[in-house]
Amino acid sequence: MLWLRQLPDRYTRMRLDRLKPLASLTRPLLALLAAFVLTTIALLSSGVAPLEAYRLILFGAFSTPVRLSDMIMLAAPLLLCSVGLSITFAGGLYNLGVEGQMIAGAIAAMVPLRLWPDWPPLLLWLLAGLSGAAGGALWALLIGGLRRYAGVSEIFAGLGMNFLASGLALYLVLGPWRRQTSASLSGTDLLPRELWLPTVDRLRLAPAAPVIALIALVIVWWALTKTRWGLEVRAVGLNPAAAARLGIVTARRMAETLAACGALAGTAGMLQVVAVHHALIPNISSGIGLLGLLVALLARADPRWLLPIAVAFAAFTVGSIQLPLTLGIDSAIAGVLQGALVLFALATRARR
Amino acid sequence: MRVRFVRWPLLFITLLSLVLTACGSQPAAAPTAAPTTAPAESTEEFTFGMVLVGPINDGGWNQAHYEAAQYVVEKVPGVKFIYIDKVNPADRPNVKVEQAIEELIGQGARLIITNSAEFADGTNIAAAAHPDVYFIHASGDKVLTGEAPPNVRNLMGRMEYGKMIAGCAAALTTENGKLAYLGPLIDPETRRLVNSTYLGARYCWENYRGRSADELAFKVTWIGFWFNIPGVTLDPTKVANDFINEGYDVILSGIDTTEGIVEANKATQAGKRVFAVPYDFKGACAQGEAVCLGVPYFNWGPDYKRLVELARSGQWEPAWEWTGPNWSNINDPDTSMIGFVKGPALSAENAAKLDEFIAKLADGSLNLFTGPLYYQDGSVFVPEGQVADDKTIWYTQQLLAGIEGQSAP
Repeated sequence: MLWLRQLPDRYTRMRLDRLKPLASLTRPLLALLAAFVLTTIALLSSGVAPLEAYRLILFGAFSTPVRLSDMIMLAAPLLLCSVGLSITFAGGLYNLGVEGQMIAGAIAAMVPLRLWPDWPPLLLWLLAGLSGAAGGALWALLIGGLRRYAGVSEIFAGLGMNFLASGLALYLVLGPWRRQTSASLSGTDLLPRELWLPTVDRLRLAPAAPVIALIALVIVWWALTKTRWGLEVRAVGLNPAAAARLGIVTARRMAETLAACGALAGTAGMLQVVAVHHALIPNISSGIGLLGLLVALLARADPRWLLPIAVAFAAFTVGSIQLPLTLGIDSAIAGVLQGALVLFALATRARR
Repeated sequence: MRVRFVRWPLLFITLLSLVLTACGSQPAAAPTAAPTTAPAESTEEFTFGMVLVGPINDGGWNQAHYEAAQYVVEKVPGVKFIYIDKVNPADRPNVKVEQAIEELIGQGARLIITNSAEFADGTNIAAAAHPDVYFIHASGDKVLTGEAPPNVRNLMGRMEYGKMIAGCAAALTTENGKLAYLGPLIDPETRRLVNSTYLGARYCWENYRGRSADELAFKVTWIGFWFNIPGVTLDPTKVANDFINEGYDVILSGIDTTEGIVEANKATQAGKRVFAVPYDFKGACAQGEAVCLGVPYFNWGPDYKRLVELARSGQWEPAWEWTGPNWSNINDPDTSMIGFVKGPALSAENAAKLDEFIAKLADGSLNLFTGPLYYQDGSVFVPEGQVADDKTIWYTQQLLAGIEGQSAP
């Protein structure tokens, strides 16, 4: 409780905070090792040479420009989600509703694109971005509201809102926004070509996506570590009661962190629409939000680790596509690795 | 304390960077090696790839495609086959069709077959990006609509005939005149197949059973996709059981998988009398021999063999093909795209009637798409005295009057 005595001192010396990232490194490393051991056992039991499988899973995504660009296009929304989650983690909230916020953002981003497809693309992208961020933020604030006014834990509220969001997407895809000739779960009609975010020649890489994600990372890192607002958020996260006694409006800070996370997840959803799928599909979030949770957990909300871990996880997913082709095993093995990491990350975190 | 904490991350970062740099150079060498070996191979070995929407062992649509590819490998020397299955948002959330196609091309595929109507856009995008690779989009029509690049062909079988035979077998067997159709998603293809089933059923109900069309109940329930996606589609197992509980005694399947026959078999073992007509795959009756009236199936092998040879010879031209059965023997594995295998549950007497029905379709004396035919809303599908042409059938707008179920989503 050393930090409490220092807080009134204009938060100048948060020694504990400086120590935390270093101390926390052993646990992710332990989780990493345990996850690899488990995955190796899974690989060996299916009769596959683990080294070859790991070569594809870990580095397959870097082998061609196409795969690299696909990896980046997956890493961008993943990074946005995990950056958002690092804010809520700092504020002491478990925002499991990130998946739903992403879907809400994707749906909201579709609205201007469908309403005014003839407007200039640049304006529409801007509108879609704003609308997506707002949609995600609103969806997150609903969770905040449930927590504040109905006493529902944000974990359960978030999970519930996820179901609601995917139900809404499903309804729109099969109902009002269905294709002209058929209703299929494969999604709405593709957006007009000129509304796709511009891509690098022959690749699916839309440079705007990673740029947006990196800008978000820098801004959030700065806001969390260099501003009074960030300090207050972290104070609320560490001990809401104490923070309140110091004059911080905890409910307001919590709502702000949720809204910020929702806005970033909503932006990720917008990117899924205009840069990846070019349509609204029922599974528009593709589990990226939950993967983002894992990234944020592993990074222990330390912004410096978010980028490498998000890239690594995107690489696992893209690299594993080759597994069924070259080794004849299911690409779900990457899921085993990621799942094992979740498990061990949570286990090591629980042993704090 | 502090020293110990610093050492760990340092070790970790060092290890990680070592691993990354060591292995990072390996894959970089791979792509440079690939192009040098690929042209050398192409003179002797021709690789074709397939992107499948479901698993290769689904006992239905995807297995039929997979086995057709095996047929090509068997019949054409020097051909290699590679595939990626389960390309759909539920099984592989972060894999797009274009991505799967590129993986196959990366492995040397010179011809790509995509097997779902859902793959139309992705196939065209990949085809535009790889003008030197040939593409077959099975069940699609983008060549017909002029939206496909010139290296794309469409191929589909005239399953309408298979479905008419299926409907007839069901109508011949049903005890109470209640037929149920397990539908996938709603689009022109699925509508025309439901209509064909109904037309076959109604014809045999009236002409062989001597009953009035009003006494025939024909219901379709759409699950929302080609196969079950938990929490997203209706559960076909549950839908099949609803049919059974509502008293329908034949379940005709229109989905990729075999829930219809499986549940009919279970119900029959539990003392009810329910029959099933599965779909797509020649061997589908194996999931419930005792209740299987027969299966209308696709035999893609001969057409794929022809197109693989065409691609190999370089004489490729864009085309939209809709291949029918070989009427002299619809079950000839080397010539007939559409076939119907009679199941053990079809009585000998009904089998003879079914053969008579097939013979009428074969010699052209019976065309079930002859007017007057009406849509559900009463509008005219085929006017009196006319016969529907291919385009009218392909782009079927609604279910026919007499069918219970949704025409449009």
